[in-house]
Amino acid sequence: MIRACTLLALALLPFNAPGARAGGLDVPITGGRFESVLPPSPQVKVAAVPSFRLDTALVSNADFARFVRKHAEWRRDRVAGLFADEGYLRHWTSATEPGPDLGRQPVTQVSWFAASAYCEARGARLPRWHEWELAAAASATVPDARNDPAWRQQILDWYSKSARGGLPAAGASPANYFGVRDLHGVVWEWVEDAGSMLVSDDSREQGDPNRNRFCGSGAIDLEQKENYAMLMRIAMLSSMKASYSSNSMGFRCATDVGARR
Amino acid sequence: MNLRRWLVPALLLAFSLPLAATERNASLYQLHEELLNQDGKPIDLDVYRGKKVLVTLFYGSCPATCPLIIDTLRAIERQVDDAQRPELRVLLVSLDPDRDTPAALRRLADSRRIDTARWTLAHADAAAVRRLAAALSVQYKKLPDGQFSHSTVISALDADGKIVAQSAELGHADPELLQAISAK
Repeated sequence: MIRACTLLALALLPFNAPGARAGGLDVPITGGRFESVLPPSPQVKVAAVPSFRLDTALVSNADFARFVRKHAEWRRDRVAGLFADEGYLRHWTSATEPGPDLGRQPVTQVSWFAASAYCEARGARLPRWHEWELAAAASATVPDARNDPAWRQQILDWYSKSARGGLPAAGASPANYFGVRDLHGVVWEWVEDAGSMLVSDDSREQGDPNRNRFCGSGAIDLEQKENYAMLMRIAMLSSMKASYSSNSMGFRCATDVGARR
Repeated sequence: MNLRRWLVPALLLAFSLPLAATERNASLYQLHEELLNQDGKPIDLDVYRGKKVLVTLFYGSCPATCPLIIDTLRAIERQVDDAQRPELRVLLVSLDPDRDTPAALRRLADSRRIDTARWTLAHADAAAVRRLAAALSVQYKKLPDGQFSHSTVISALDADGKIVAQSAELGHADPELLQAISAK
């Protein structure tokens, strides 16, 4: 009984993670006309992306733990079922503490609602798909390396790395042309418009063509079929409901240029 | 062992509460969105709390599928038990904050002879639309020409706002949805 009591007390104890890396460092990224794998419409192939600011690293468990302690409605034991499924932060040692080994790793097992709320609390928002894709098009030396076969191969090599043995620390991968890290690793990322993918192969609606009716112009055809890594991202995002969590899905935040943190 | 006598139930309670709380909080009304109805009156998302509600997202200027949404909602209403029908409410929230102003929604309600005593056509701002669509599993995308591409999902809510059934079927009343509304 005393043992159970101690456990309970420990679980309820607020915990201060030492040495946790503070997130929130971001860089400005110049927008422009961008050819996305997900064009704005069947008729319009080029997206106009306004300039924006993007976090250089993924949000870490320690970052997210600070948020959860301040906004208790996002603790895994208090969160509304509408906003997060049962996997939400399940890998943490308690409702407010990731555990000593997880602090620097990117937070995963978070729903779109929780990720959105985190960014909102920081005066930011999730990046939009076209923003994310534009930032991710950069190699270490050029802003758009998508037509470089060597760069494409490098991305695929990164994706093929196993997450076994734990995720690398947030911000540990080399910076790209814009100064942004972690875009192509083992962690995939929520975007603000995750519910706007509207690709025709929606895994939630498989098997019944009548359940796939879109008002308006219908499903949007994907472009650049050779851009395999981006297409995988879209497949992942379009298969996730906003309350879902996954051990490979994390996020970072963005802001409009000129917005004050 | 007085301690033990209260500690055991207390612990049991402590561990069982979060689960029960999660169950309760599946309500759509966890979203505290402020909307405007077709008369420009501010309403909350839970304007029909206590009633069974059919809720869906649409946009007024949609040429083809969206008129069909209204017909489908009417078909469901017609086929619901006589006892249930007066208790059923319909909430149509527009995806298009720019063009579906309350005045535009009022014109749509009048032209489709919608009884706004039981139906509400609502305007929501872009952020509210995004959260609502996420909660209702509706995919949507604004197109460069101002139209929207969107999946059509009719959700049935119970009196507390919990989603009890969802249907993507248009043109007729989905039997599963009807059954969910008719239950108790």
